[in-house]
Amino acid sequence: MKRRSPTPRRKPARRSRKARSLLGMEGLPAEEIRTLLRLARRMDPHKPRPLLRHRRIALLFYEASTRTRVSFEFAAKALGATTSVIHASASSIEKGESLVDTGYTLVATGADAIVIRHPAAGAPHLLARHLEVPVINAGDGMHEHPSQALLDAYTILRHRKSLSGLRLTMVGDVLHSRVARSNIHLLSAFGAQVTLCGPPEFVPDVAATLARGLRITRHLEEALRGADVVMVLRVQKERLASRKLDAAEYVAGYQLTAERLKIARRDALVLHPGPIIRGMELTAEVADGPQSVIREQVANGVAVRMAVLAHCLGVAR
Amino acid sequence: MSKERTDGALLLRGGRVLDPAARLDAEMDVLLRDGRVAEVAPRNKIRGSHDASFDARGLIVAPGFIDLHVHLREPGQSYKETIASGTAAAAAGGFTSVCAMPNTVPVNDSPEITAWMKLLERGAVVNVFPVAAATVGSKGERLTDFRALQRAGAVAVTDDGRPILDDAVMGDALRLAAQVGFPVMQHAEDTRRTAGCSMHEGATAFRLGLRGMTTAAEADVVERDAQLARQAGASLHVAHLSTAAALKAVRRGRRNRARVTCEVTPHHFTLTDEAVGEYDTRAKMNPPLRSAADCEAILVALADGTIDAIATDHAPHAIHEKQVEFERAAFGITGLETALGLAITKLHREKRVPLLRIVELFTAGPARVLGLRGRGSLARGSFADVTLFDPSARWTFHTEKSLSRSRNTPFDGWQLVGKVVATIVGGHVAYRAE
Repeated sequence: MKRRSPTPRRKPARRSRKARSLLGMEGLPAEEIRTLLRLARRMDPHKPRPLLRHRRIALLFYEASTRTRVSFEFAAKALGATTSVIHASASSIEKGESLVDTGYTLVATGADAIVIRHPAAGAPHLLARHLEVPVINAGDGMHEHPSQALLDAYTILRHRKSLSGLRLTMVGDVLHSRVARSNIHLLSAFGAQVTLCGPPEFVPDVAATLARGLRITRHLEEALRGADVVMVLRVQKERLASRKLDAAEYVAGYQLTAERLKIARRDALVLHPGPIIRGMELTAEVADGPQSVIREQVANGVAVRMAVLAHCLGVAR
Repeated sequence: MSKERTDGALLLRGGRVLDPAARLDAEMDVLLRDGRVAEVAPRNKIRGSHDASFDARGLIVAPGFIDLHVHLREPGQSYKETIASGTAAAAAGGFTSVCAMPNTVPVNDSPEITAWMKLLERGAVVNVFPVAAATVGSKGERLTDFRALQRAGAVAVTDDGRPILDDAVMGDALRLAAQVGFPVMQHAEDTRRTAGCSMHEGATAFRLGLRGMTTAAEADVVERDAQLARQAGASLHVAHLSTAAALKAVRRGRRNRARVTCEVTPHHFTLTDEAVGEYDTRAKMNPPLRSAADCEAILVALADGTIDAIATDHAPHAIHEKQVEFERAAFGITGLETALGLAITKLHREKRVPLLRIVELFTAGPARVLGLRGRGSLARGSFADVTLFDPSARWTFHTEKSLSRSRNTPFDGWQLVGKVVATIVGGHVAYRAE
């Protein structure tokens, strides 16, 4: 099945043997995650480092994205790379080119790595099976969003010494969330105690099989008790409707309010992968409150993605 | 082994004859003449000089296998398979008869297409029994002309892949089929509840972020169909049943005196949803691979007689239809050449299901489902369709050696026990292992 790219790779000498893809958090060794987080701490978006000079990074976006696309692009440029953003709607993809063929084309034109956002779960894995350049998953369907999990961990670690033993509550639409899956894998790998909270339509019982030690509760108050970190997930109105859930009922049961946040530890952090919908999964008061690190998460996105790119392209030092 | 002299007679010498229809398991000689089984007798009792003989010592001599569920892709999709290539693969898998599903392009909803599939020019090397569409264009609205289809050679009707969900249409189809005297086959899936789903709902689907099909979406259709079949006095055949819940529905239907038969595929008794691994499209089919509990329930039902037949649901697809995002990949895998090996490896070697029962699932069982006369048995006068296999031969299946036009199977490189040695159709050798 595996076909080699039609033309020989150029500049083999510059390609490090350490080049690797980042497809997901599942199964990623804790040591590699630690390396990435350590690397992120040394990255400063405002102090460019030319680690990726003369490298070309293709940002292949089959799905709309603001923060992920922009932060990958800024990260690549801060490392001196040349970037090209490919939108599905304005390319050969619209003419019916397959994902694998698009990948071959990008490699043939000289891409040294491909960052891909795709509505189909597993699309980055398909690409990685056929290409010899690193493939970085910037979100695939409901599956994973590994760089988001890394920046969430990075953000938490700016405020806490360690993830181990940390009590973390995840509230909202876990079922449809790639952020949730990546975070659950990462946090569990580091020994955090993760509790999932939401109605069965969003947090099915099967969610507990994703990692060892996962707990599920349907009651937000119970989930918040003693929590060190509260991670709020986006809840889309159309998803509520398709699951025959009433928005008002959801808000009544699961919205994170200032009142409810008091049940958690006094210094508990509030995270949200964005985009936030004020008045749905959390109140404006909480989103803008002193415990919220939501904007910090976005800011950290660039440094973390610099680390991801440097690591995957094998130039990290 | 066989001497080439042709007055049509062929003597199969010294094999172990397994004929489940006659509960026969004994070393016997079998004489085939003029396209029929002329005689089955203890060794060396068949008198006279015979033109050709086949040394079957050490082999099982079974009635020719019948596959109730095959996609031959002709007319219209010969880039996936043709009737010639599909039946060549069937012969290599020991099948002497295959039922060709109607989801061709155009849909086989007419006597003309049904008859076209049976024409000599198609180059079939085994018997092809078309199963025609139950509704025009398989749109689930207007019934096709069952009688005319039957006259043209159809042995049943189905809207495979596009199940009939409308109660009234399904009821009408069953009533008309009862008058004509053949079964309605149904791919049991409530497609209103499985839109956007690409695998079984469970831990693997959750882990991969894929939407999953529930077991109820299958079982509820079986439950309803069994009731409708009982009311219509018709025969319902459940295609490629895959869940424990659907098995329960079949058993309940039978207790209520509904005439319900069912088939399962080798992949559903061999693999579970975990085989999807990291988005392996070779493990994507519909119905999807299910949980270990479903698989276990099917194994029990294969042994205890609940299941009537093993059918492959051979569904060839081109590489470009599988080498895409999992959710966009075509459903289906090839299966004709691995069916016997998987059955013997999994059912006989691992689960100790007797060979006679396994042969029944490939022969007398499917023949009964369709009421095929003279097939699925080696009784004197039957068609001279015979499958000879070595039940203990070890071999490795390689897709590059497959006779199918397609390569979409998860069983590439699998070591299997039980190998087809020769397939005889109408007294002529259609396949002979190297």
